[in-house]
Amino acid sequence: MKTYIIAIVLWTVVATPLCGQSYRTVESSVSFYSSAPLEDIKADNEEVIGVFNAATGAIAFVVQIKGFQFAKSLMQQHFNENFMESDKYPRATFEGRLSGYNLNASGKQDASVKGKMTIHGVTREMEIDGEFEVKDGLKMKAVFPIELEDHDIDIPKILFQKIAEEVEVTVNFTFKKD
Amino acid sequence: MTVRKLLKSTNAFLLLFLLGIGTVWGQDDLLEELQKDVQPLDEKVSGTFKGTRLINGHTVETRGKGNLDFIISHRFGRLNSGSYNFFGLDEAHIRLGLEYAFDDRLTVGVGRNSFLKVYDGFVKYRILNQQEGSVNIPVSLVWFSNMSNKTFKRPDLPMTFERRLAYAHQLLVARKFSERLSLQVSPTYIHQNLVPTRQDDNDLAAIGMGGRFKLTSRTSLNAEYYYRINPSNDNYYNVVAIGFDIETGGHVFQLHLTNAQAMTETGFIPATTGNFWDGDVHFGFNITRSFQLKEKGKAW
Repeated sequence: MKTYIIAIVLWTVVATPLCGQSYRTVESSVSFYSSAPLEDIKADNEEVIGVFNAATGAIAFVVQIKGFQFAKSLMQQHFNENFMESDKYPRATFEGRLSGYNLNASGKQDASVKGKMTIHGVTREMEIDGEFEVKDGLKMKAVFPIELEDHDIDIPKILFQKIAEEVEVTVNFTFKKD
Repeated sequence: MTVRKLLKSTNAFLLLFLLGIGTVWGQDDLLEELQKDVQPLDEKVSGTFKGTRLINGHTVETRGKGNLDFIISHRFGRLNSGSYNFFGLDEAHIRLGLEYAFDDRLTVGVGRNSFLKVYDGFVKYRILNQQEGSVNIPVSLVWFSNMSNKTFKRPDLPMTFERRLAYAHQLLVARKFSERLSLQVSPTYIHQNLVPTRQDDNDLAAIGMGGRFKLTSRTSLNAEYYYRINPSNDNYYNVVAIGFDIETGGHVFQLHLTNAQAMTETGFIPATTGNFWDGDVHFGFNITRSFQLKEKGKAW
C-alpha cells in the first residue's frame, strides 16, 4: 500500500506540471518571400495550427499548403499545381523541441528549435533560431531560409531566372494555454 | 505470484511510476494529434485546364482579377498540301487576342484573325466553380458569348455590316476528375447572318466535347471535337483536334493538329472545310502570355 501512495504522490508531483503546460495557437501566420531578378514572390498563409508543451519544449505545427495566398492568382495556381503538388502533399509539418526559453522571464528572449520539417513530402532535420516572448500567452517568431532543392521542389530550367533557389520563410505564432 | 504480491514489489512501484510519466511523454507525439485537428479548407478546384483554350474552343478556365492575357494563335496550311508548300507551313494565319479579367468571374476579350479578316469580341462569365468542402459543387459552369465581324471583301456581294456578323453562344461544363484528367462538354448555338447558300440554315446547334490528360505537372495531352447537330451543308466537317500543352509560369504553349483553320467559334464550328481523316490537317499553336495588371488587394 505504501508503494502505491508513494507512486501516486510522485506521479502527481512530476506529471501535473507537465500536463498543465500545453499551449495551442490562437493566431498564426506563415509567409515566404523569394527575391529573383525578374520578380519577387510573396505569399501569406493563416491556415496554420500549432501546439507547444512548455514543460518539455515539444512543439509541432501543420501548414495547409493551399492556404497560401498570392497577389497573382495564376502564380498561386502554379505554386499549388507545379511546385508544391498540393493535391499530393497538402500539408507541411514541423515537429521538434524548443530550447533556451524561460517562461518566467519578461521581454524578448532568444530561443532555438530543432526538429523535423516536412515539405513536399520530404523530411529534413532543421535547427532554427527565433524569438520567444511571454506576453498575452506565448509569442514565437522566426525567419529562416528553405532550399527548394532540399525538398525536391523542381524549378523548370526555363523558369530558373524567375524563382530563387532559396526562399525566406517567416513564422509568427501566438499561443494560449489549452 | 499473485497480483497483490507483484504490486507490492518495488518493481511495481517503478512500473507504475514510468507508466504515469509515459502517458505524459506520450503527448510529445504532438504532431499526430495536431494532424487530426486540421480543419479542411473549402477548396475551389483550380487548374481544370492549363489554358483558357482547349485547342480551338474555350475551356472553363477564367483568369483571376486583373489578369491580362495576350494570345497569339497560328494555323498553318494543310499538311497534305505537299512539299511545294512545305506541308502547309508556307501559309500561315494568325489571330492576335487580348483578354482582360475584370474579376475572377468575368473576362472580356477581343481579337483579330487574319483568316477571312475576322474581328471578334467575347464575354465569358463563370457561373460555378467546381468545389470540394462544406459546399460541394461537382462541375465548373461558364457562359461564353462571342460576336464576330468577317470583313473579308467579296466582289460578288456587297458586304453590309449585318451580313458580316455571326454569333456564338456556349455553355461550358467541365469537371476535373483527378489531378490528371479533366473533361468538358460544351453545348453551342451559332447564328450566322449570312450563310453560303439559300439552302443553308442560319442557325446551327453543336455540341463540343473535349478533355485533357496531364502527362507531367507542366505538360498535357488534349483532344477536342465539335459535333454539329443540324448541319445543312455537305462541304463542311466537324472539327477534330488533338493538342499538346506546355506551361512555363506565365506562358502556356499549345501545339496542335486540327482540320480547322478559323480561330473563332463562328468560324471553326460551322465552316470547317477540311476533312481530318483525309489528311486536311493544319498544324497550329497558341501562345498565351499572362500579365497581372492589378494585384489582389492593391490599387492601380
